[in-house]
Amino acid sequence: MSDVVVDRDADLLARLRAGDADAFMTLVDRYGPLMLRIALSHVRSRAVAEEVVQEAWLGVLQGLDRFEGRSSLKTWILRIVANRARTRGEREARSVPLSSLAADDEDEPSVDQARFRGPDDPQYPGGWAIPPHSWARLPEDKLLASETLQQVRAAIAKLPPRQQEVILLRDVEGWDPEEVSAALELTPGNQRVLLHRARSKVRADLEHYFEAAA
Amino acid sequence: MSPTVPGGISCREVVELVTEYLDGTLDAETAERMRVHLEACPYCVEYVEQIRATGRIAAVAAAELELRPDRDHLLALFKDIRRSA
Repeated sequence: MSDVVVDRDADLLARLRAGDADAFMTLVDRYGPLMLRIALSHVRSRAVAEEVVQEAWLGVLQGLDRFEGRSSLKTWILRIVANRARTRGEREARSVPLSSLAADDEDEPSVDQARFRGPDDPQYPGGWAIPPHSWARLPEDKLLASETLQQVRAAIAKLPPRQQEVILLRDVEGWDPEEVSAALELTPGNQRVLLHRARSKVRADLEHYFEAAA
Repeated sequence: MSPTVPGGISCREVVELVTEYLDGTLDAETAERMRVHLEACPYCVEYVEQIRATGRIAAVAAAELELRPDRDHLLALFKDIRRSA
């Protein structure tokens, strides 16, 4: 990657600085929903998430003249909302019992270890004892049924905030690993671990759901 | 290396390497072991597919959630800021 950030919002930036309201609304439409999702991954209510997003927009507008273009406009905006949401979420977290919060640094296996054979298994050491049932046999309308989607949203909402942020940007928004690391100020390794934990847990939740429904 | 553990990595290990495998960030040797394992193990192929599907379903799930920014309020905010600038 070169030093020059190719930014599809470059034109918008110039118009914004010139005070063009249409340019601002384009930006709002482009990133508003994503900002709200990021905020929702940190705070518990929609109302608070909306406040966080408003604050972030204020920060964006006030910071426009200082924005130096060392990252893309998108990355910069997302970093602002993520930081604000995090601060707000931490403040909220202080008022709830610690035991109700899932830690981000837990190190649990991706799949229940009871589903694998032991290391001394004569045939397949460490192999599947209870392998996953094929999802390909599920009809697509089951896979994407609104109940399934509801299940996935609930599974994501249960994840620790940083895992939610990463799975949102990688899988929902389709960002590159590099962009996500930059926007969330993560090392590439951390970005990967967070994504891995997030996907593993959501997959396991979905599997339970499909098995229970079968 | 046990001949019954394809690629010399166990299924237990494969599930921990899936994300790096899909991102193409495994070192060449591990990537090759993964390839050999997946060629021989339909269960792990299914697991990899489920992780892929999870991402896809998550994307659809998020899209279904109606998230509309409060345009009027933001427009007023923008005008306010420009006026005071």
